Amino acid sequence: MSDATVKGKIVGALARFDDPAKLLTAAEHVRDAGYRDFDCHSPFPIHGMDDAMGEKRSMLPWIVAGMAFFGGGGALLMQWWMSAVDYQLVIAGKPFFSYQAFFPVTFGLAILFAAFGAVFGMIGLIKQRFHHPVFNSDNFGRFSDDAFFVSIEATDPNFDKEKVLDFLKTIGGLEVELLIEQNEELAVA
Amino acid sequence: MNLNQETYKLSGANNVGMIALVIGVVGLVLCGVGYAVDHARFFHAWLTAFLFWTTIGIGGLFMVLLHHVSNSVWSVVVRRIGETMMATLPYMFIFAIPVLLGIHDLYHWSHADAVAHDELLQWKQPFLNTPFFVIRTVIFFAAWALLGWWLYGLSIKQDKEGHSFALLKKFKTISAPGLILYAVTVCLAGFDWIMSIYPHWYSTIFGIYFFAGSIMSNMAFMAILVSMLNKRGVLKKEINSDRYHDIGKLVFAYMILWGYMAFSQYFLIWYANIPEETIFYMNRWGGSWSVASMILVFGHFTIPFVMLMGRTTKRSASTLGFFAVWLLVMHYVDLYWLVMPNIQPDSAMPSWMDFAAMMAIGGLVMWLFWRRFTANAIVPLRDPRLQKSIDLVSP
Repeated sequence: MSDATVKGKIVGALARFDDPAKLLTAAEHVRDAGYRDFDCHSPFPIHGMDDAMGEKRSMLPWIVAGMAFFGGGGALLMQWWMSAVDYQLVIAGKPFFSYQAFFPVTFGLAILFAAFGAVFGMIGLIKQRFHHPVFNSDNFGRFSDDAFFVSIEATDPNFDKEKVLDFLKTIGGLEVELLIEQNEELAVA
Repeated sequence: MNLNQETYKLSGANNVGMIALVIGVVGLVLCGVGYAVDHARFFHAWLTAFLFWTTIGIGGLFMVLLHHVSNSVWSVVVRRIGETMMATLPYMFIFAIPVLLGIHDLYHWSHADAVAHDELLQWKQPFLNTPFFVIRTVIFFAAWALLGWWLYGLSIKQDKEGHSFALLKKFKTISAPGLILYAVTVCLAGFDWIMSIYPHWYSTIFGIYFFAGSIMSNMAFMAILVSMLNKRGVLKKEINSDRYHDIGKLVFAYMILWGYMAFSQYFLIWYANIPEETIFYMNRWGGSWSVASMILVFGHFTIPFVMLMGRTTKRSASTLGFFAVWLLVMHYVDLYWLVMPNIQPDSAMPSWMDFAAMMAIGGLVMWLFWRRFTANAIVPLRDPRLQKSIDLVSP
């Protein structure tokens, strides 16, 4: 916190908590205080954190379902065109459009496209960023070891650098600090 | 209907058992009339109803064995339902006796003159002969009675004496080899009771097809019972939408397993196109049987697959209960579709005897089930994971 004297842009605030239960209640307090651009950091997943942070259900299942129907429908269409239209071959005396025979490929492509939808949909839906204000804290390294953190970013409309530290203390934050971007060029930009 | 909050026993619920008993007795009388009118048709109706109620018990046995082997937490609170269902299996042997008596009407291979003119049946005779068939049926029920009553007794012992590590270990020591015994007996039961109606037909996947339908029907039965109990204010706190979600996921999964097995069987027979195998599907496409086949494709798989896929359908007692009833009806249609073309090759129309047999066996089985269910606590009270199971959140 001695860094407060260093000149730079304030990009957020960080508070440390003792255990997962305290982090969970802290997340509820931050959510209820109306903050939106905040995050919780813990060494392991915590059950109920989505609700505590007020996260809505992801729309990913709809993307996966859409991709699965696209893959399955496309596969059926492709096989129909290949076997019954473009290159007709009599196989074992069966009709050209033998949908029974097309099911394994239809099923396989539906699964493949559903998997594409799940992976790329997830990558598309999560906020892409290559840097995060918490990396300005020396303390933050402990998030992968034994500490639990709440970070609030300065981009949040409710963010007030005078009040945010007091707020984090009242909800039980042990070590609270402002996150300051020390890279001059970046700060100016 | 009241639940004692300390012993967790149902009281004031005897009328359910009485209604079931009355339905069962009325059904039995109707079955007697059916036997007098047309005994061949009656035995087919009886076999279908017998299979329907036996498979629910078989599914309950699997659910409990799997629960112990996999050390499951979620199913602790609903374990007693599966246990009570599997404990009715030994009584099903009484209902198997008419099947054994009607062997000449049901199973073509049991006629000596038919075997004398049929080389294939002669070759199969060391397996498909009446004494060995009866012995096998007795062995199946003996194996299920052994596993079912043993595990049920230990579970009641846990209620009375409390939890001990030795008991938990015993559950597992019985269940792991029990699953092997289960797999062999259930597959052979499917071969014997259904497949041997068509002794010239081959399908190696049939045992698993039979098994997949069984476990799905048990999960559906469990969903119905739980939602009915909840509707009457029983176990309202203990069973919430998270447990419905878990049961719904397994109904969905086992229904897909059934669809997978059904399609695999159909697909290989369709592709190979060998007359002795395709005749099975030819017989189910003639007359109005094509309607029954289409009902199975859409009703037993496609429609519930789309409807049960979403999260909200599985988490609500009313929608899950609706699809559980739907799938139980479809399970009956499935068994009907397997058995009936033997006696009525052109028409899929059900007879009043089908309802009579369902009433007779269903009423009596539900009476036995309810007697046992109300005699003991309806949740395993002193299982150490019970609270964890109640609190568990389904993602």
